[in-house]
Amino acid sequence: MLRRRAALAVAALIPFLAGAQERVVPIDKLRSGVEFAGADVRAMQADDFANPGFLWVERGEALWREAVAGKSCASCHGDAAMSVRGVAARHPAFDRASGTVVDLEGRINACRVRNQGAQPFERESEELLALTAYVATQSRGMPMAVSIDGPARASFERGRALYTARHGQMNLACTQCHEQSSGKRLYAETLSQGHGTAFPAYRLEWQGVGSLQRRIRACFYGIRAEMPRPGAPELTDLELYLAWRAQGLPIEAPGVRR
Amino acid sequence: MADSRVSVAPQARRGEPFEVRISIRHPMETGYRTNESGEHVPRNVIRRFSCRYNGTPVFAVRVTSGIAANPYFRFFVTARESGPLEFEWIDDAGVRGEARAEVKVT
Amino acid sequence: MQNVQPNIYRRRLLNGAVALVACRSLPAIAAPEIPDIPLLAQLLAGRTPRWERLRLELPALADNGLAVPMKLSMPGPFAPGPNVQAIHLFSEKNPVPDMATFEFPAPLEKIEIDTRVRLAGTQKVVAVAVMSDDALYAAAAEVIVTIAACLDGS
Repeated sequence: MLRRRAALAVAALIPFLAGAQERVVPIDKLRSGVEFAGADVRAMQADDFANPGFLWVERGEALWREAVAGKSCASCHGDAAMSVRGVAARHPAFDRASGTVVDLEGRINACRVRNQGAQPFERESEELLALTAYVATQSRGMPMAVSIDGPARASFERGRALYTARHGQMNLACTQCHEQSSGKRLYAETLSQGHGTAFPAYRLEWQGVGSLQRRIRACFYGIRAEMPRPGAPELTDLELYLAWRAQGLPIEAPGVRR
Repeated sequence: MADSRVSVAPQARRGEPFEVRISIRHPMETGYRTNESGEHVPRNVIRRFSCRYNGTPVFAVRVTSGIAANPYFRFFVTARESGPLEFEWIDDAGVRGEARAEVKVT
Repeated sequence: MQNVQPNIYRRRLLNGAVALVACRSLPAIAAPEIPDIPLLAQLLAGRTPRWERLRLELPALADNGLAVPMKLSMPGPFAPGPNVQAIHLFSEKNPVPDMATFEFPAPLEKIEIDTRVRLAGTQKVVAVAVMSDDALYAAAAEVIVTIAACLDGS
């Protein structure tokens, strides 16, 4: 009887123990992508006026107040600075209504569909980028803090498997550039640790703002692998893994990157 | 994206220069790119930007594709009287943009 | 809009040795070695500009040729003497060599302009200031522009 009780007690502990994942990048070694960027990119991000990302943030602010069938984001959420502060830091997150893990873009679209009776914005559309940038900026400076427990667990595991597996013609895994070689030069660029805390970001190469999903897709292209389509669940899985990996790092959106 | 953002020193001393900054949302399409269908994307850049201070033109730029997308200009204007700064621009497609700010001169 | 075909901005492949060059500021070209740019020659019309006073600041190594921060400045005083009418900006290698002209319809005390330019590869950039008495001042800078480490088809 006592042995069974002991066994049950141990069994009860296992999910808790399994949930406590060991960090990949030690917290004192976490470095934002901005630290690997050139001086000009850093200067652009440091100046909120020179940062072109704020053109999107301001559009997002206008969209926040724009009514769709009589209801705007502001109708329910009021002042974004108070109501959605911290939301970007907690996403991707499990969405009970849909039973899936959603990133911030997915959360915004879900709200549009369910609460405004509107069509979801297309991935990488100017409207979705603007709204996401606006919402993400409300969490600027807050540390990334996603949950990978319970229903988010499966997505996290899939994301980790994708991150550590080799892909594409170049047969490279994300870890090879962003863990084994971060800080080293690739051509004229310095490899970062591969965090996504600056997104949606203004990327000089895009000449515009783009999402973290777009950045991940660009990496797939770079290693000559097929890019998952925008909105694909694999991308959300990766986003969740990246967010967990970056936990503790402050949100910088809208960032500026080369 | 907002059409543009303007930053003007809120106060200026008469006879002294004050800083003016503007950031404009515009792709500044060079005309040298192709889209995903392989079609040539026609050139469309802002070709002229101008600033008037109390109605007087004080600064203008004849712009080409050599200026980066989402153009950013920072320049200085000599303060005379309090009043409006009016910005205008036009692109190759003939689309006009405008912005406005006020400066208080003491 | 996706950039599928390698375009003019990618055609300049950087020599591997240059890619390892430390990012130090190169001095602005003081010697008047004028790059061969027809529109620049047209503006100069045989005259020799003074390679002083006008300052052109560009990074020695650009993070990305699509947006390179640039500063043009010219210390005063101007009044009561000649003032700056216009500053022309020329590119040695861009498909459109005439990058921009900054015009001053009214005399300004402080000539300092910041903007971001596009550079199609490593090249020299030349600025020429035209004064109200037709005097010419010039400045030049050389910028190394690399292509991205990974192609981006997103």
